[in-house]
Amino acid sequence: MMDWFVELWQAVPLGVQTVVIILLQIIAIVLPLMLCVAYLTYAERKVIGAMQIRMGPNRVGFFGHRLWGLGQPIADAVKLMFKEIVIPAGANRGLFLLAPVLSIGPALAAWAVVPFDAHLVLADIDAGLLYVLAVTSIGVYGVIIAGWASNSKYALLGAMRSGAQIVSYEIAMGFALVGVLMAGGSLNLGSIVRAQEGGVLHWFWIPLLPLFVIYFVSAVAETNRAPFDVAEGESEIVAGFHVEYSGMAFAVFFLAEYANMILVSGLTAIMFLGGWLSPLQGLLPESAFGVPVIGALLGDGIHWFIIKTAFFLFLFLWFRATFPRYRYDQIMRLGWKIFIPITIVWLLVVGVMILAGLPPWFDGA
Amino acid sequence: MTAFARFLKSLFLLELFKGLSVTGRYFFARKFTLQYPEEKTPLSPRFRGLHALRRYPNGEERCIACKLCEAICPALAITIEAEEREDGTRRTTRYDIDLTKCIFCGFCEESCPVDSIVETHIFEYHGEERGDLYMTKDRLLAVGDKYEAQIAAARKQDAPYR
Repeated sequence: MMDWFVELWQAVPLGVQTVVIILLQIIAIVLPLMLCVAYLTYAERKVIGAMQIRMGPNRVGFFGHRLWGLGQPIADAVKLMFKEIVIPAGANRGLFLLAPVLSIGPALAAWAVVPFDAHLVLADIDAGLLYVLAVTSIGVYGVIIAGWASNSKYALLGAMRSGAQIVSYEIAMGFALVGVLMAGGSLNLGSIVRAQEGGVLHWFWIPLLPLFVIYFVSAVAETNRAPFDVAEGESEIVAGFHVEYSGMAFAVFFLAEYANMILVSGLTAIMFLGGWLSPLQGLLPESAFGVPVIGALLGDGIHWFIIKTAFFLFLFLWFRATFPRYRYDQIMRLGWKIFIPITIVWLLVVGVMILAGLPPWFDGA
Repeated sequence: MTAFARFLKSLFLLELFKGLSVTGRYFFARKFTLQYPEEKTPLSPRFRGLHALRRYPNGEERCIACKLCEAICPALAITIEAEEREDGTRRTTRYDIDLTKCIFCGFCEESCPVDSIVETHIFEYHGEERGDLYMTKDRLLAVGDKYEAQIAAARKQDAPYR
C-alpha cells in the first residue's frame, strides 16, 4: 500500500508536486485557524460572561454531554450555514458578494509568512513584515466595498467610519513596525524572532515598550474591536458595514474579524515577545533543555508561540469586557495626535539605543 | 490635580489598568447564574402565577358570584355571569379569565371573600392555539382540583401575616 503511494507520488511531475505540497501546507494552516476562530468566539462569550459574573454558553455539548457548552461554536456555524443570504434589492450584487471574500482573503493570506516555529513557515520571504503590512491593508477594501454595495445609509456610515479608522491607525502601526525592523535589523519575521534570542529580558518588548503598547492598541483599532468598534456601533448604526449581510456572507465577515484578531495577536507575539522562543532561556541551566519531554516543553517551540498568541487574544476579550466605546473624534485624536508623535519620538530613541549598542538587545550586531 | 499629573496619568494608562483590574477580579468571582430548568428560585407563598378556582372539602365550589374580582380587575380580564341554582344558591354560570389581558396583580385574590379565586405557584404554562390562554370556569376549577394541596399549604403558611 505504502509503496503504491510512493510510486504514484513519483509519477507526478515536479511542478504539480510543489503545488500539491503547498496546497496541503495551506490546508494545514487554514483548518486549525478556522477551528481557532470558532473557539475564539466561544472563549469570548465565556470570558466576557465570567467578567460579568455570568457563565456564558454551557448547554450545547456533544453526544448528550454538556461539556461546558463546547458544542456552541459548531451549532452557531451550522445555524449560519442554513440561513438565507438576503441580497437587498438596491444592492450591487457582484460587489456585495465580493466584499466578504476581500475581507477574509487578506486575513488568511497574511498567515503565509508567519513563522510558527524556527522551521515551520509557509513562505520564508525576506520582506515578510512588508508583506504583512501590505496584505492586511487590503482588508479595508472589503469593509468599504461591503458598505457601498449594500446601498444602505447605515452600512455606508459604518464603512466610512471604519475605513477612516483603519487607515489612520495603519500609520501608527506602520511606525511601530519601523521600530521593530530597526531593532531586528530585518524584514523577515523569522530573523526578527531570532534577533530576540536569550530569554524574556532579551525580547523587544522592553526597549520598544511604547511601540509595543501602541502596536497592540492600534491592532485593536485595526480589527474594529471594542473599545474602537464605532464601525460596528450596535447602539447607533446597528452593525455598521455589515448590517445588510446575513447567513454565510455575514459569517465570513465574522470569520475575517476573528482571524484578524488571531493574526495581529500572533504578530505582536512574534515582534515583541519573541515568537516561538522560550521565556525560560537564560534563566534555567542549559542542561534543563536536554531532559527528554520536559526539556522540549521548556525549550523553544510552537507551543510558546501559541501561548503568547492566546495571551494577546485574552487581552482582546478583556478589553472588550472592560472599556466603553470611544467617541469617534477621540479615536482620531488618539491615533493622529498621540500615537504618531510618540512612535516618531521613540524611533529616534531606538536609533540612539542601536548606535550606542545598548546591551542586551543591541550589542550583538 | 495639575495638568502635568493628569498628563502622566493618561500617558501611563493608569485609569485603564484600574478598570482592567476590576474586570480581572470579577473574572474569578463566584458566578450567580441559576441553571434554570434544573435549579429554581424559591417561591414566596404569595407568589402570583396561574389562576385557579377552589372548592370546599365537600366538593362544593366556593365562588358565590359576588363579582368583586370582576369589579376590581384593573385589566378587565375577568368576565362573570351568574344565575340562581336549583337549590336556591347563587352560582356562576360563566367565569372566564383572559390570561393575555391579566397583569397578575393579585387583586382578584385579595378581593375574594370566600378564597375562591386564587393564584397558584404555576408559572411554566403555555398555549399553542388561540384560546389556550383563555381560562374558562371548568379549566380554572380543574387547576384548583389538581393543585389544591399546594394552594392550601401556601395559604396556611401566609395566614399569620394577613
